[in-house]
Amino acid sequence: MTYQNGPTDGRIDLDLIAAMITPGSRVLDVGCGDGDLLALLETKRNVDGRGVELSQEGVNASVARGLAVVQGDADRDLANYPDDAFDYVILSQTIQATRNPKEVLRSMKRIGRHVIVSFPNFGHWRVRMKLLLTGRMPETRSLGYSWYDTPNIHLCTLLDFAALCDDLDLDIEDAVILTGDKSWRISNPGILSNFFASEAVFLLSRRN
Amino acid sequence: MNTIGKASHPQGGGGPQSTEFEEGGIRVRRASQTFGPDEPLALDSGVSLSPFTIAYETYGELNATRSNAVLICHALTGDQFAASTQPLTGKPGWWTTMIGPGKPIDTDRFFVICQNVIGGCMGTTGPRDTDPATGRPYGLDFPVITIGDMVRAQAMLLDKLGIDDLFCVIGGSMGGMQVLQWAAAYPERVFSAIPIATAARHSAQNIAFHEVGRQAIIADSEWKQGAYLAHGTTPAKGLAVARMAAHITYLSEAALHRKFGRNLQDRDSITYGFDADFQIESYLRHQGSTFVDRFDANSYLYITRAMDYFDLAADYDGVLANAFRGTKSRFCAVSFTSDWLFPTSDSRQIVHALNAVAANVSFVEINTDKGHDAFLLDEPEMFATLRGFIDSAARTRGLGA
Repeated sequence: MTYQNGPTDGRIDLDLIAAMITPGSRVLDVGCGDGDLLALLETKRNVDGRGVELSQEGVNASVARGLAVVQGDADRDLANYPDDAFDYVILSQTIQATRNPKEVLRSMKRIGRHVIVSFPNFGHWRVRMKLLLTGRMPETRSLGYSWYDTPNIHLCTLLDFAALCDDLDLDIEDAVILTGDKSWRISNPGILSNFFASEAVFLLSRRN
Repeated sequence: MNTIGKASHPQGGGGPQSTEFEEGGIRVRRASQTFGPDEPLALDSGVSLSPFTIAYETYGELNATRSNAVLICHALTGDQFAASTQPLTGKPGWWTTMIGPGKPIDTDRFFVICQNVIGGCMGTTGPRDTDPATGRPYGLDFPVITIGDMVRAQAMLLDKLGIDDLFCVIGGSMGGMQVLQWAAAYPERVFSAIPIATAARHSAQNIAFHEVGRQAIIADSEWKQGAYLAHGTTPAKGLAVARMAAHITYLSEAALHRKFGRNLQDRDSITYGFDADFQIESYLRHQGSTFVDRFDANSYLYITRAMDYFDLAADYDGVLANAFRGTKSRFCAVSFTSDWLFPTSDSRQIVHALNAVAANVSFVEINTDKGHDAFLLDEPEMFATLRGFIDSAARTRGLGA
């Protein structure tokens, strides 16, 4: 585990994703929100970027800032894209809100040569402690919802995610975890990183 | 209106006619172009239309590299007077909300062109013009035209104007169909395309509404099998009813309720008769009666037919995505939540086809209760998103801010 970088002016996970992307690539951001990541990638990485976003507000805000974004649903609308259409397909802080994460990942793998996924780690020690000590569903900084109104219906830990990737024949090319506002590069998710990571960013590619 | 008459080649025969004037801070050129026997329009029906004239307007100036042209495609009952006063009605242009200095389609930056469609009745050749074969108005002898024919004619005019490619093609409803047709037929000539409140094919329900309108016209005894001009009659009642029925489809129940509800028209109680008791009845009658003053009944038949026949995928083995395969154009589709004539699902079908060929596409659905007509109205969110899309495309094309 090596120290990656300190806090930046923007959202640190967005900078981590940007660092994984080769300049000039074709990128699809699934669940792009207001388009913050796409805008960052177009500026810093000169990508040919597209976005899909569920919320109408997010789509309209993205298009108003000049980004190519369509209203759509990760669970339903990825089927329309052709094979190998993009160099990178990104799912940033969205996989836990999808209805069928496995199918979404499978589609992403089909559409893009590389897949980047960032998500909150349910194995983080703070989450574990909250449940252990209070006996209530954990609400943390990256998981700030009550159990009854959370959009996060498919939470997982680092180890769970790594197992799913293996199941889908996706190799982990790169993985970075966040602990507070610090980031660390890891070779493979283990017991330690699963305990300390509040969030993680994975760069995946098809297994040969 | 400060008119500077500058008529040239006053007698047809291939020459353009134009006047220029300034209106609302826009440099307007009102013109028409006649295509002679050596330049026929090859129609999808197999018929060759010749001669023919296209009436059009331009706003702003074409830049030195001819890279800032924007084509506005008008809807069924629209015309070329998109941003200038309509000479027949004296009313402002139909899209002054969108086009003008500092507007999303900024006439200080772009050279804007709007052409009356083939089959129309505002100066472009249509069924009320003289058939050279008979010396009488065409009437039903006018060939059936399609959206493809409209676009082909528009391209011929652009050739005349020396415009190889368009920075943007934009239009709503039938205008949006033309935008899609442009993108499919002339992809290399379209840098960006904005189809608004439209569909890649006309639905059965929409064909049905059009058929009601056409039958209303045909049932009018003044229609005279389409030869009403020769008989000196006007099927005004039929055309008015067609307009009334169509107008309902352009609105939404929510908008009708908000605007009229069950309010009574200039009376305190119902009259137990068939006068226009309700405001909505009076409103529709007004819409019908003012429409007949500016529109030709046969044009209405022909243009509604063109929309009915539109099925872009049919020309591409039934697969809509094939219409856009390899496209380098960037698209921004727009729909409105309360539009039931061209619902969001129609736009989504277009977007899915564009996604299937990994095209550069944006798609916004605007939340409004104003129905299909919303694209003509003051919809700040539509303006904001289109401004973003157009400005981004302009930057990419090197047109500056």
